[in-house]
Amino acid sequence: MTALYRERPVVVGSGAIALAVLALVAAAGLHDVAQTGLNGLTLGTIYALGAVGLTLVYGILRLVNFAHGDFLTFGAYMAYLVNVTWGQPLAAAILFAMAATALLGLLSERLMWRPMRSKGAGFLQLMLMTIGLAFLIRSAIQWFWGTEIRTLDVDVTDSATFLGLRIGQTELMVVIIGLGVLVAVGLIVRFSLLGKRMRALSDSIDLAETAGIDTRRVILYTWLFAGALAGLAGVLSGALTNLRPELGFELLLPIFAAVILGGIGNPFGALAAGLVLGVAIEWSTLFIEPRWKVTFGFVALIVALVVRPQGIFGKARVV
Amino acid sequence: VSPPPLAVTFEAFANLGFWSGVLVIAGIYAVVALGLQLNVGYTGIVNFGQAGFMAVGGYSMAILVLEAGLSFWLALPLAVLITMAFGVLIGLPSLRLRADYFAIVTLATAEVVRLVAQNARGLTGGNKGLYCEFEGVNQVCFDDSWRSVSDWMLGVVESFWADPEPLLPLLLVVWATVAIGTVGLGYLQRSPWGRVLRAIREDEDATRALGKNTLLYKLQSLAISALLGAFGGFFLALFLATIHPDDYEPIVTFFAFGVLILGGLASYRGVAVGAVLLWVLLEGTRFVELPISEQKTAALRFAIVGVVLIGLMAFRPQGMFGKREEMVLGD
Repeated sequence: MTALYRERPVVVGSGAIALAVLALVAAAGLHDVAQTGLNGLTLGTIYALGAVGLTLVYGILRLVNFAHGDFLTFGAYMAYLVNVTWGQPLAAAILFAMAATALLGLLSERLMWRPMRSKGAGFLQLMLMTIGLAFLIRSAIQWFWGTEIRTLDVDVTDSATFLGLRIGQTELMVVIIGLGVLVAVGLIVRFSLLGKRMRALSDSIDLAETAGIDTRRVILYTWLFAGALAGLAGVLSGALTNLRPELGFELLLPIFAAVILGGIGNPFGALAAGLVLGVAIEWSTLFIEPRWKVTFGFVALIVALVVRPQGIFGKARVV
Repeated sequence: VSPPPLAVTFEAFANLGFWSGVLVIAGIYAVVALGLQLNVGYTGIVNFGQAGFMAVGGYSMAILVLEAGLSFWLALPLAVLITMAFGVLIGLPSLRLRADYFAIVTLATAEVVRLVAQNARGLTGGNKGLYCEFEGVNQVCFDDSWRSVSDWMLGVVESFWADPEPLLPLLLVVWATVAIGTVGLGYLQRSPWGRVLRAIREDEDATRALGKNTLLYKLQSLAISALLGAFGGFFLALFLATIHPDDYEPIVTFFAFGVLILGGLASYRGVAVGAVLLWVLLEGTRFVELPISEQKTAALRFAIVGVVLIGLMAFRPQGMFGKREEMVLGD
């Protein structure tokens, strides 16, 4: 079994998940499992969007970006600006938020991370700078919008019923847009030349550089992806619930969990782990009171890190 | 007439009660950041869970007094032991991990502590927090014993100061702890034990090759940090006269990192200076009569800590008193 897991982690992992689902259905009934699973898919889409960007940056730049959560918050408030303050449709707000957050990512690379890399800054130095950046973004948001809870102009009451399962219009939008974008990003990373270069940088920046890859350009594209995906995750999360300055920071730990479970630097792993984590957290409410579900998510993160730091799909290496 | 922008209200500068409060908070952060200095500056383990240790310390103390009916003076050492045991329990599996993973595990652990405090309502009072409980008609508060000591100290002071500042006893106890911590840790650092910690920070594999059980040393470092975190938790609880989950958010740990970085890594005396400087900076903004709302002042605090962290890391990573050659700059 262990040998098989080492050979084919994806097969064994999927098998284990399938078994867990069967056990759940037997215990809680098909309808409840499917309904909570659907809710979890919505949550998981947001985790996955955040995690794919974070893992690309983490894998390529070895930068543990604690400001990534606040990138999400930034995106959500940019959408608020367009959608509510200027009264434009949500689609325009989403595009604007993605563009603005991508720009924020590019700016941070240009003004902070590139100069610091050329100075040869260490891991701790960079990590503390990301916390500083998180505080700056949070401060700007509180300065302009205050701490009160705000909502985007979306209909949260309308819902559709399908095979006896209820899904809200907003949830449906989150899942369709989110998964659509994730598939597109997945295809780019897997099949495009840019994606190939990103993976090369993720293995070793120096080797990629000697192979003639314009690493600066690839890094800028990485921030572009990370920022746009974070912005989208922020808007979708804001549409699903509401906007507050802590929105992104509260999502940061589950997103880290998805990054680590998926194996650091592996965008497909992060995507899958984000979805699995969202669904698992919602399924946990079948057995524990819903107010404990966030705690459950964090405990799952700690256990996963301690037991399998290389991720569910990752190969064992020095961790 | 509205005040002119950027005017400084001088009468507030002379407000003794206010500055005592600022110094108590600075002292609490100094105690907590001393633990971080031991971990981050001298052992090279990035502990992001200090707020969790504060919460475990504060809550254990209050629960032991209010629920178990123990005396305050017995509850204190027990709560310290509980917090240290908690630190060892967390460190045992996670200290084997890479530095970035350890940082995330400790942050997540602190959040689990806070969420448990928020949700285990029977034990912790949930979002109402913990302060007093009724036993029959008698009201018992977790800080009763401290209040009587504090009153006794104020009585002594009254013989030569007619109307003493009520926060004075807490201020003295907190800063005495800072002094003991600074001197004690400095002493430990010069001992063979302290030298092993620094060796681990520089090169853990080499230290292990010399036959040192590095995990054991790292655990001890974390346990001492948990002890200081527990004291920070007690003092915060006594200062606020309540224990509430919101007072132990990850922000607390990050502000303590601001203190640590300002004072400088690998310098114990820098911690106290950094704490006073950061909190005077944070609270001093209240006296500059900016034409802005309360909420914007709160936003300004985040900006200050953000600028401190980014500016120092970019241009002066050794802070005020840190030694550049002792900083963990590389991986």
